[in-house]
Amino acid sequence: MTLIPVKTKARLLQGNEACVEGAIAAGCRFFAGYPITPSSEIAELMAEKLPRLGGKFIQMEDEIASMAAIIGASLTGVKSLTATSGPGFSLKQENLGYASYTEIPCVVVNVQRVGPSTGQPTAPAQGDMMQVRWGTHGDHPVIALYPSTVRETFELTVDAFNLSERFRTPVILLMDEVVGHMREKVELPAQEEILIVNRPGPTVPRGEYLPYDDTRGLVPPMAAFGEGYCFHVTGLAHNRRGYPTTKPQDIDALIRRIHQKIEVGRGDIVRVEQLLTEDAEIGVFAYGSTARSAARAVRLARSRGIKVGLLRPITIWPFPDEAVKTLASRVRRLIVAEMNLGQMAGEVTRAAEGRTAIEGVFRVDGELITPEEILKKIEEVV
Amino acid sequence: MAAVTWHRHLRVERMPQIWCAGCGHGTILGAILRGVEKSEIDPSKLVIVSGIGCSSRAPGYVALDGLHTTHGRALPFATGIKVARPDLTVMVISGDGDLSAIGGNHFIHAARRNLDITVVCFNNSIYGMTSGQYSPLTPRDAMATTAPYGHIERPFDLCQLAIGAGATYVARGTAYHAGLVTNQVTRALKHKGFAFIDAISQCPTYYGRRNRMKTGVEMMKAQRDTAVNVKRAAKMPAEELAGKIIIGDIHVSQASEYTEEYQRVIDRAQGRT
Ligand SMILES: Cc1ncc(C[n+]2csc(CCOP(=O)(O)OP(=O)(O)O)c2C)c(N)n1
Repeated sequence: MTLIPVKTKARLLQGNEACVEGAIAAGCRFFAGYPITPSSEIAELMAEKLPRLGGKFIQMEDEIASMAAIIGASLTGVKSLTATSGPGFSLKQENLGYASYTEIPCVVVNVQRVGPSTGQPTAPAQGDMMQVRWGTHGDHPVIALYPSTVRETFELTVDAFNLSERFRTPVILLMDEVVGHMREKVELPAQEEILIVNRPGPTVPRGEYLPYDDTRGLVPPMAAFGEGYCFHVTGLAHNRRGYPTTKPQDIDALIRRIHQKIEVGRGDIVRVEQLLTEDAEIGVFAYGSTARSAARAVRLARSRGIKVGLLRPITIWPFPDEAVKTLASRVRRLIVAEMNLGQMAGEVTRAAEGRTAIEGVFRVDGELITPEEILKKIEEVV
Repeated sequence: MAAVTWHRHLRVERMPQIWCAGCGHGTILGAILRGVEKSEIDPSKLVIVSGIGCSSRAPGYVALDGLHTTHGRALPFATGIKVARPDLTVMVISGDGDLSAIGGNHFIHAARRNLDITVVCFNNSIYGMTSGQYSPLTPRDAMATTAPYGHIERPFDLCQLAIGAGATYVARGTAYHAGLVTNQVTRALKHKGFAFIDAISQCPTYYGRRNRMKTGVEMMKAQRDTAVNVKRAAKMPAEELAGKIIIGDIHVSQASEYTEEYQRVIDRAQGRT
């Protein structure tokens, strides 16, 4: 595999650009997508960079096809990416569920814009937090990460690929229009400093391969097409052999296992950032670009002598229940700031289990939540 | 008689299959596997992709790499496989509803790209899996569960659609003419570019019984009696061709193939040209 040139010089990068750099560093060599603001730069840059590395880019006829194409490519052993925004993310849902159920690694980027429907194409929102969790039908696990800086976008894109390979599951990288379009000076790590995880391959002779064999672990080794394993994949309920089944015990075991593999891995998947929460009497919960305003609000409030701290989930799904619970048991009030009408506030309320009162600062008009708005709420609840 | 070798491509442990008595899908699958055998391609490099429907169950009975995807989406999944790994041979098996209703957009775009994939449509002119609703191939005036007073829409001619969209090998066969389908599959697999075979199948359960053809045999006799070879059809007046199905190799042409074109993109990006 061709290595990307070592980069040590600081560069001015856009969030969407950092995502592309991260994907390439992680070993992504296939991209299929359909243009949509505010994610299009990712497709454009992949179209430019992938062929230089011998990788492939294709602009498909729609987002349904893009999602299908990256699953197909991944089945040949090639790490694959697609990127979109609200309307396109809606279209990807059926095949996203397919990837989850058939356990095919891939990464889907959703640079959020204001919905519902066409909404506001060029304005930021965080309205897809629940769609990411429950957008496709049926019980399925989800891993979703959400950076709030350009540098972190690079890192989390690499992590998204690593997690998808390790757990054989689609991973969603959430951004918002601000994270996707803002430019920051970043120094990217050299390729050799980046940890790369590749899916486990079969270790048994070809004739003995069971694609969904869970006897040696919750994540079965994955063959690639074209290697002689006669690998059969179906979105129907399937048994260890990968064949359709209607046996209740096989179906129950499969659906529970795909949840369990993520649940058992929770410790490695779930990450949060804490800012001044040790002695906090008031907590703020914010993520993505809103967390930037929240961090500023926390510092402003601290300068006014208010003991407030910020909990920023980096992993959105699985939800960081423990971190929320711990903070909730320490603070008098927990303020959730988000660019939606309380999607994560509901989760925070659930995880807090009544340990504290939850307050919200919500916006859905395509405008960023300002530090002042959050500060005002902090001062209100003191 | 030569030894039967194509059976090795069957997952016999998966038998019996789900298809009804008299259904044409098994006949066409047999024809496909004979065609695969005749093509002498390396089976470990062949991937079969399908959507959802009775026909799309076919890869589940085949001992090759197989991908049973979502309804209508076999072609974009197959596109990902072929573009990522052009050295693999990719075949799509699809129903008429799967390919031309929900998957219609993917069909025309895959054909337009002239991507090197072979598509075989198991065309029974009805939605079999969901028990007999009309498809884009249901003939006018036919009865279907969702056309209880007779169907008012005009059906597609899938071959003309494929040609219009840019396919470079286009053929039609029937379950009755299974030997023809075998030869078409062999030619399609060897053809560089988008190859499409409209394989007319029969669904006595959900189409025949409602449309005065009670058995698979009756429906296959109708295939025999209405089929006209494309060469003979060329010499027949239009009025005589009404109600006939034209079989044979309908269109063969050469055009640049997608993955070869993309290799040129790679060469350009890497400064080799
Ligand atoms: C998104 C979606 N919509 C609807 C269905 C239900 N469905 C399953 S198969 C099918 C039609 C199958 O007909 P066809 O493609 O002609 O294949 P056949 O069963 O006749 O071989 C439909 C509508 C589905 N599985 N997924």
